[in-house]
Amino acid sequence: MLETASSSDLRSEIDARLQTGSPELAASRINELWRNHSNLATAAFVCSRYEKLRDRLSLIPHRLAILRSFTVEPIVPLLRAGAFCSGIDLTVHSGDFNAYAQEILDANSSLYRFSPGSVILAVRTADIAPDLWTQFCDLPQEEIHKACQRVSASFMQWIGTFRERSSAALIVHNLEQPIRPNSGILDAQSAGGQSESIRQINGELLRIAGENRGIYLLDYDALVARHGRQKWQDERKYLSARLPISSENLIHVSREWLRFLLPLNGRIAKALVVDLDNTLWGGIVGEDGASGIRLGPEYPGAAFQSLQRVMIDLVHRGILLAICSKNNPADAMEVLEKHPGMLLRPAHFAAMRIGWNDKGQSLREIASELNIGTDSIAFLDDNPVEREQVRASLPEVMVIELPQDPFEYASAVRGCAFFERLTLSSEDEQRTAIYAAQRKRTTEEQQFQSKEDFYRFLNQEVEIAPLSPETLSRISQLTQKTNQFNLTTRRYSEQQISEMSARAGWRILSLRVRDRFGDQGLVGVSITHDERDTCEIDTFLLSCRVIGRTVETAFLSALAKAAVARGLTHLHGSFQPTKKNAPAQNFYSQHGFQRSSENSEGSLWSLDLAQHEIPCPDWFRLIVHDGANH
Amino acid sequence: MPSILEQVRAIASDIFSVPLAQIHPESTPETIESWDSIQHLNLALTLEERFRVQLSPEEIEQMKDIGRIASLIEGKLQGTPS
Repeated sequence: MLETASSSDLRSEIDARLQTGSPELAASRINELWRNHSNLATAAFVCSRYEKLRDRLSLIPHRLAILRSFTVEPIVPLLRAGAFCSGIDLTVHSGDFNAYAQEILDANSSLYRFSPGSVILAVRTADIAPDLWTQFCDLPQEEIHKACQRVSASFMQWIGTFRERSSAALIVHNLEQPIRPNSGILDAQSAGGQSESIRQINGELLRIAGENRGIYLLDYDALVARHGRQKWQDERKYLSARLPISSENLIHVSREWLRFLLPLNGRIAKALVVDLDNTLWGGIVGEDGASGIRLGPEYPGAAFQSLQRVMIDLVHRGILLAICSKNNPADAMEVLEKHPGMLLRPAHFAAMRIGWNDKGQSLREIASELNIGTDSIAFLDDNPVEREQVRASLPEVMVIELPQDPFEYASAVRGCAFFERLTLSSEDEQRTAIYAAQRKRTTEEQQFQSKEDFYRFLNQEVEIAPLSPETLSRISQLTQKTNQFNLTTRRYSEQQISEMSARAGWRILSLRVRDRFGDQGLVGVSITHDERDTCEIDTFLLSCRVIGRTVETAFLSALAKAAVARGLTHLHGSFQPTKKNAPAQNFYSQHGFQRSSENSEGSLWSLDLAQHEIPCPDWFRLIVHDGANH
Repeated sequence: MPSILEQVRAIASDIFSVPLAQIHPESTPETIESWDSIQHLNLALTLEERFRVQLSPEEIEQMKDIGRIASLIEGKLQGTPS
């Protein structure tokens, strides 16, 4: 309840490190403080210290506007503190109190002038539908019906207008239910009750969101229910300060908002790396034997099965699983392959490090094997010492705090915000299978004398097609997530992609790769626009899965050929270096481009199409679908 | 354990982003520039959260200086009206 001594020590240490130590170290101590004390007083401290550090850290800047029918100001510092600790530097604009409709409908409002990256629309049921909220019992059936239609129509108008005027993501709170319906249990006895009416509006919201790009629903009603409807509200503070949410629940609103901001800013875990003993099962297989560990549908092994169930759900979300365990490999594999209580099997894991190495080292190896950064890894281990060591050696790894009780493991992992996703592509669903094929490829590669022999053996087929409604979501996702082979690292929302595709001269192409081991899915994107006699490359990227197989040459050759066919004479592009895109840095020079100039963002390159032809390597079968974006 | 007054000063220092040495029992919204109505609400919410008490609108209204806020909290923690 009261601030502990360790917290004030930590605060002094943070302030000392701000003066002298490295900014990363200061940040990791602030994150520790926030992890242990996520409250209003700490939020102010965290924000003020990060504001001093922000120029020395590579934080992602993001502009968020909040449109609301109630006071949200006390939630903002909590949200900013949480965002800072997740690597996001938030600038927040709170719309005028209860002016959300004008802000959306007026093209010159402060909302649009703020040019937000994302917008939250938080409206209370009591504010948008006071008739349904307080006077429900007074209303005849047709009035109820009209009220529901009025509310749905308002949302439809706001969302539609917003979409026309802004390409920002829009996060819409759905409507909460009352603590108890106004007519008590009678409400549930007939169609058209109060709860049913609110559910209907929420159903309409879902439909409206589905008809527009980049609209995401926040299930506010479920959020309130999760934390207890009775204790959620503070009637007195609502009447005196228009703050309807009690002080202890403000943190839950900020965390729910952050769940949306993390995937919107690419701050996501792509892989979950787990320990085995006392994490995936109870006990130590090396000591208790495969028959002695606790794992099964009954007490106490059910706790571990529940965790495994959650991990399977993560696989469906496109998150890779990997093992990092200090264990005897034979003992561990016996459980993984044969134990009847295991829901997870070796095929679920994209990488395994079972041995006696330091876990920091193993995590680095896993990251490199999976071709992802260590900052995309989440780490799960029951042992607090291992967690602390990983935090110390790899502060960018997302270390999940586990409670003492194994029965709470499953919900701790399910609640981890770094696993949140806003959309799912078919690639996400198949990711684990795709990585399994990748392992086979790597094994085969080692048997060939030359790279060319290996490329020929792979039997690669590259298919290039213009943007279509089916590929829009994946194309946007690739621009958001691809860090390594990405020449400009420009992040685009679905809405932005959609707008670009409608402009004259702009072409958005996707690239698929198939080979003898399977379909790699949609793994490349280019965005170009024609300016007079030149084709300008805005974006050119490949997923890390297909780096090192000359796919980029095949892709570029198709771009060049198409440009020549359109009568253009030059191909222009820029390389904008980031911390991670070194794999792409020699791309232009290797393909005959001349460096024309440099600016603060990077280097500009040019290729004279009349002088230079870019042949497609003969080991590809190239399929190019012509036509416009649609 | 620091006194209630010391804890209230520390919280006020966080909320108003003012060094602790500049927060006195006599400090008021007039002497602390960042103490506006929003920060006043934030201060009240933080006190509620930290001391696990409920502050009524009247009590929030009475929080005119740091010393009075500390006595208000002390009174609530002792279960007597301040």
